[in-house]
Amino acid sequence: MRVDEKLTIDAFKTDIESHIKINHDICRDKCKIKYCLFICPGHLYTLNEENNEVVVEFAGCLECGTCKIACIEGAIEWIYPRGEYGVQYRYG
Amino acid sequence: MDKIDAVIVGGGLSGLSCAYKLAEKDMQVIVVERGDFPGSKNVTGGRLYLEPIKSIVGDMLDGAPFERKVVRERWSLLGDDNSISIDFTGEKFKQTNHSYTILRAYFDRWLSEKLIEKGVYVIPKYRVDDLLWEGDTIVGVRAGEEEIYANVVIASDGVLSFMAEKAGLKQKMKPKNYAVGIKEVIELSEEKINDRFNVDVNEGCAHLFIGDVTKGMFGGGFLYTNKETVSLGIVVGIKALTEKTPTIETHALMDDFKDRYEIGRLIDGGSLVEYSAHIIPEAGYNGISKLYGNGIIVTGDAAGFALNMGVTVRGMEFAIASGIIAAESVIKAKEAEDYSEKTLACYESKLRETFVLKDLYTCKDISAFLDNDSFFSFYPNSFPDLVEKIMWFGEEPKGRIGKYLWNEMKASGLLSFKRLKELYTFKNV
Repeated sequence: MRVDEKLTIDAFKTDIESHIKINHDICRDKCKIKYCLFICPGHLYTLNEENNEVVVEFAGCLECGTCKIACIEGAIEWIYPRGEYGVQYRYG
Repeated sequence: MDKIDAVIVGGGLSGLSCAYKLAEKDMQVIVVERGDFPGSKNVTGGRLYLEPIKSIVGDMLDGAPFERKVVRERWSLLGDDNSISIDFTGEKFKQTNHSYTILRAYFDRWLSEKLIEKGVYVIPKYRVDDLLWEGDTIVGVRAGEEEIYANVVIASDGVLSFMAEKAGLKQKMKPKNYAVGIKEVIELSEEKINDRFNVDVNEGCAHLFIGDVTKGMFGGGFLYTNKETVSLGIVVGIKALTEKTPTIETHALMDDFKDRYEIGRLIDGGSLVEYSAHIIPEAGYNGISKLYGNGIIVTGDAAGFALNMGVTVRGMEFAIASGIIAAESVIKAKEAEDYSEKTLACYESKLRETFVLKDLYTCKDISAFLDNDSFFSFYPNSFPDLVEKIMWFGEEPKGRIGKYLWNEMKASGLLSFKRLKELYTFKNV
């Protein structure tokens, strides 16, 4: 089963606004390896090759915090989704 | 403004335990939880060890929705294409309430309902955005438009603790101090679980894996049996992942683990019912935050109370104990009518008298010791290879077993100076 299919099994309440913001200047200029592209357990970060910008599918965020810690350049600004939004674990 | 006795940020095990003990003393408490209900944002492996906390929990866990009592402990060293396992069971584990597997969305929710019956306000669906200050003292929290004033703020908001960060109590979060855990909850019938894991009704198995599961990186795999599901997952160091070349996609490690022969039969026919992930504090004693300040106490994962000893992983009983001790400290501060850090320092001194800081301190060197390739690559490959050679009979005669074993052990490097030195230094851990 692909990871995006796994995410469809989870319960999410998606807010209008993203709780993850990417500072593209820092991301482009300072970050060479871009750990976020492979380290996210939901595989939610991808590189848009047209404008060379990293994009994140915040709606599938498992709220683990891995990207926040792995992004040592500080390009990812990550906070919890607003109350009642985001993933709602039913087993945990 | 009117202040309540305590506002607790986060309805996880430390926050709820703190609230429970405060409610027993008729203190005014509010728990603020950002999820739909307490437990809805939590992820555990996992199991809860009860022995360390049995003298302090009182009736708090009476009637708790435990999944299974762990009576079977397994460890496996996974080589690339072979493995060796230890399977332990014992009467002591069957006759006592040593440890239980749990699922947090059931467990924490149940505890919060027990709290509500006791008259505690548990407010779900609110994210605490900020702390409220008066000079250098924290006097409450802001959640959206709402402001809650309290004599003490309990930061029980998990490993990422934004509250401890805002209070200036937290170290900068570095990749080397954290691991990411990924878990799949897989549904299987109760009978199948009993049969496949060789346990009786309501009894369960805890199984840890090291080696190929993380491709030699810091971390391992886990499998815990619940009533009608199994929790299967991996834990990998974040620093190790960032240093791995060529890079590995974290989610793919989970798939490779599931595809192993050792796992396949155990979960065959089961269906995935949840995919979850969370970071875990891995720095042990050296990663602990400052535990209190003027008007604030930090508990559980927020404080960094988690202990990975390689063969066991603990966290939830630290959370419960720290929550209970936080409550005792708030009660003491109320008696003294002083909520400054001078009084709240009793929280740390009390923790030092209990297993929470004692165990963490005793094991303070273990994370540095585990941080080498021996445990995640060399041993998991060498031991299964050695057994494979002993068990294999080919066309050639094998000769004397003692001589053969000695030669093979020498060839594997298990008797090299480096390994013997490692064994010797282990006594200091």
